[in-house]
Amino acid sequence: MSDLIVTENTPLNDQYFLLKLKAENELPVIMPGQFAEVKVEDSPSTFLRRPISINYVDRNRNEIWLLIQIVGPGTLQLSKLRPGKLLNLIYPLGNSFTYPVRKDANLLLVGGGVGIAPMLFWGAQLAAEGFHCNFLIGGRSQSNLLLLDEFKKYGEVYCTTEDGSSGEKGFVIHHSLLQNQKFDAIYTCGPTPMMKAVAGYAADNAVFCEVSLENTMACGFGACLCCVTDTTDGHVCVCTEGPVFNITKLKW
Amino acid sequence: MVDLKVNLGTLQLKNPVMTASGTFGYGTEYYDFFDVSRIGGIVVKGTTLRDRQGNKYPRMAETPSGMLNAVGLQNKGVNYFAEKIYPTLLDLDTSIFVNVSGSTVEEYVETAEIINELDHIPGIELNISCPNVKEGGMTFGTSCPSAAQVVKEVRRVYKKELMVKLSPNVTSISDIALAVEAEGADSVSLINTLLGMAIDSETRKPLLSTVTGGLSGPAVKPVALRMVWQVAQAVKIPVVGMGGIMTAADAIEFLLAGAAAIQIGTANFIDPTAPVKVLEGIEAYMLRHKINRVTDLIGALEI
Repeated sequence: MSDLIVTENTPLNDQYFLLKLKAENELPVIMPGQFAEVKVEDSPSTFLRRPISINYVDRNRNEIWLLIQIVGPGTLQLSKLRPGKLLNLIYPLGNSFTYPVRKDANLLLVGGGVGIAPMLFWGAQLAAEGFHCNFLIGGRSQSNLLLLDEFKKYGEVYCTTEDGSSGEKGFVIHHSLLQNQKFDAIYTCGPTPMMKAVAGYAADNAVFCEVSLENTMACGFGACLCCVTDTTDGHVCVCTEGPVFNITKLKW
Repeated sequence: MVDLKVNLGTLQLKNPVMTASGTFGYGTEYYDFFDVSRIGGIVVKGTTLRDRQGNKYPRMAETPSGMLNAVGLQNKGVNYFAEKIYPTLLDLDTSIFVNVSGSTVEEYVETAEIINELDHIPGIELNISCPNVKEGGMTFGTSCPSAAQVVKEVRRVYKKELMVKLSPNVTSISDIALAVEAEGADSVSLINTLLGMAIDSETRKPLLSTVTGGLSGPAVKPVALRMVWQVAQAVKIPVVGMGGIMTAADAIEFLLAGAAAIQIGTANFIDPTAPVKVLEGIEAYMLRHKINRVTDLIGALEI
């Protein structure tokens, strides 16, 4: 648990903002897929911390990025944080994505909505390790396709929008990329229906697939047992056994 | 130096700060945050005779100044605890209580018998107040005869500190406390969660898979304080107070109302160092008020 300093708070559209936080001491080891439990101050109706995926780790600046969607009073309050303010985090929490076995593996990273957050850090780590990434990003419209320039640094970027304003029209699962290429591993994070569709595609094509779940949590470190998902091993905590799960483990 | 030792029936705690069952895992979840041996006691997760998967997700809803939970006693059973978890707790220098629950009197008894053999566990907290399981739990704790019966049967086999955790979902909690005291409880702890519910008006659906759940956090504190005060006046055995304690001031209020020790629950989720902060705050309060022994605060409410 530590206090980080807000260095930047950038609105990306009317719903999303990007928080950059600087640590006083050297950042701990953080793995792609891990998250932080963020304490929200000055929001009387926000009682619990908010679990937020780590969007990117900038070792040069000793900063972490949090991509946040405003969904209620807690995240609204976070959107108003000014540079210089302190934010209390418990981090890093949870497990991480699994590296592919072969360096020439054809990889697909699928993100929808705020679920694109962990895919940026994961893609950056994969690229740094010499893997080639394809990012498939879905949104309601062009204004919801965020951080595309960042994603382009680490691989090919493909998009879908529901209204057809950018990329292919429809949901990510309908993108022609899925018909035209064969993948060795798929990683996904986003709305549950999207992840289930992607997991279904992976299962049908016998492709290794990991999903990052976003269950509501009270603690984030395995004490409250509130965030469970049903697996082949029974109910397990998404915060400690996840948030990343191989789809063969989940009872979807 | 202030004297923080308190007596709980047959047992002395090094200080009055404990952690509440279901909010502190098996203690190990908190090793990264503070030295768990500093606090007076921990109560580990509710344990039943057999493995329980608990209730379906969603099991938690945030509410004004609190939260509802419907975990439903998910645990791997008492034998798993004794074989796999207990050995990891042997180095802890704090009083470890196991919270024991069951669906039948026989299950409570059998579980307590197994825990009785564990040398490093000086007490159990008999949970007759869990609101989140279909059978057992709260059904035992909401009538005097059934509460008395389960305590009586467990008392026959359990030789160490027997703390009984009471439900607030009753008309007269003092009557339940008197009933369990009469059957040999060494202490009582209260309150367990208050039965509540939450609804999403947009979807017209309940926020918990079980529809109702247990409310905890600062929202319940005034109710908890009142019940601790009433029970402390009614019984002779020590009372362990809990319900929405977030700060040292909250903890001291419970001591003044008559609690011999306190448990910190939901606060652990938000600030996992809350138990040590409360402990240090109690010490600071005692120094500021020139109180040498923490026992001088117990029941010291001035009316």
